[in-house]
Amino acid sequence: MTTPPTILVVDDNPDFLEQMQLQLEAAGFQTVAAESAQQARGLLPTTDFALAICDLMMEHSDSGFTLAHAIKRKDPAIPVIMVTAVASEAGVTIDASSKGEQAWAGADVILDKPVRFEQLKREISRLLKITL
Amino acid sequence: MDNLRVLVVDDEPGIRFGVTRVLQSFRVRVPESDGDVGFSIAQAESGEEALTILAEGQVDILLLDHKLPGISGLEVLEKVASQDQDMLTVMITAYATIETAVTATKRGAYDFLAKPFTPEELKATTAKTARHLLLRREAKRLAEEKRQVRFQFISVLAHELKAPLAAVEGYLQLLRDRVVEPGSAKSDEVLGRSLLRIEGMRKLIGDILDLTRIESGQKKRELADVDVREIAARAVETAQPAARARQITIEVQGPERLPMRADPGEVEIIFNNLVSNAVKYNREGGRVEVGLSESDQAVVIRVADTGIGMSPEEVAQLFGEFVRIKNTKTRNVMGSGLGLSILKKLAALYDGTVQVQSTPDVGTTFTVTLKQT
Repeated sequence: MTTPPTILVVDDNPDFLEQMQLQLEAAGFQTVAAESAQQARGLLPTTDFALAICDLMMEHSDSGFTLAHAIKRKDPAIPVIMVTAVASEAGVTIDASSKGEQAWAGADVILDKPVRFEQLKREISRLLKITL
Repeated sequence: MDNLRVLVVDDEPGIRFGVTRVLQSFRVRVPESDGDVGFSIAQAESGEEALTILAEGQVDILLLDHKLPGISGLEVLEKVASQDQDMLTVMITAYATIETAVTATKRGAYDFLAKPFTPEELKATTAKTARHLLLRREAKRLAEEKRQVRFQFISVLAHELKAPLAAVEGYLQLLRDRVVEPGSAKSDEVLGRSLLRIEGMRKLIGDILDLTRIESGQKKRELADVDVREIAARAVETAQPAARARQITIEVQGPERLPMRADPGEVEIIFNNLVSNAVKYNREGGRVEVGLSESDQAVVIRVADTGIGMSPEEVAQLFGEFVRIKNTKTRNVMGSGLGLSILKKLAALYDGTVQVQSTPDVGTTFTVTLKQT
């Protein structure tokens, strides 16, 4: 049996971070957590992970974007899922289906908060090409 | 200097030129506004022409003749009223009958000038009208500002209540879906975190109630002779469990008794806010010093902590309405963002002030001064 893939989870909301980790671990993943984009950036050189899930608004309103770009610089093959409460809080919609917006955000998938875990799992299995 | 635009509508050229000549150099002192107010004058010789000018742009004061060749002054007044302009109208009448006056007032005229009028009468009426208009605008601006603050308050509150609610919901879902096994150590942790969030919400709701009671003036103030030292000691007692859990020591310094004429409930809220904050934003093993003193007919309360402190920018931010400083150091601290608003409102009731001095990673000192009455 191969070791389960590791997922980097970055969110400045400690509850959301904890819940995401519990969910992912129950689904058989290993997780590495960071409470800020800065902390995540510090982890990048020494941590191997198969996929990253980042919150968009952390220290700054675009922390998630810059982090996603840093991750893609480390390895363009690592998929990034961006989660954001922007839509529900500011009434702004980022159209995740549009290729242009995704490239701009540096994310492969953008999900609105609150995230439905079933949907998140579907996206993870699609991006990592595995069956959960 | 502010300039108000006056439109004088009269078919008699003499009146138009007279009004222009008198008001051109006229200045009105408005205490609420900075300095004097002057006037620029436009003229119209018929109701039709007046309506064209009114449609084009801002007129502040309309001096309107009652009897005009085409459409009458009253008709102009009616049209203007329906447009809901930010303008006051003074009717100029040749024969001031009660009937015209009543009709004109019904249609929104602010005042009357009876022809023939002296330059002094014109000035007096214009001054009165200008002051009323500027006061009305100021009141409107203040009301709007108040509405904005309310709106901001409500949206901050909604956000602050939504976050813990979402957290508790998430934890309960984890338990329901057996992602976390009931009875396991993890489930204890999840339940503990949920309860902590609920406690935070309870605190927030308590703060909202305090704040609205103070603001609405609903809470009846009951002034009594209180001992500030005793209230301080009680607040320290309340904060002890939280302090002990993080090895923080609290010390009260000052006179054995510090009498003051005050509402005991209000003073208690002040101390509870100051002391619980000093504990919350402290470091493990830190210290809190509560200093009491009297100076210049005022009670001075100083609460110093050895905590995370704030940058000058954060201190400046703190004094805005309803803010919580959000950074990595405060992330796990529960706060409503209402504490300082409450503190400021209460201090104001005693003609007092709230001052903050802070150095990042060294500590913060709040100084509240309450006037003795």
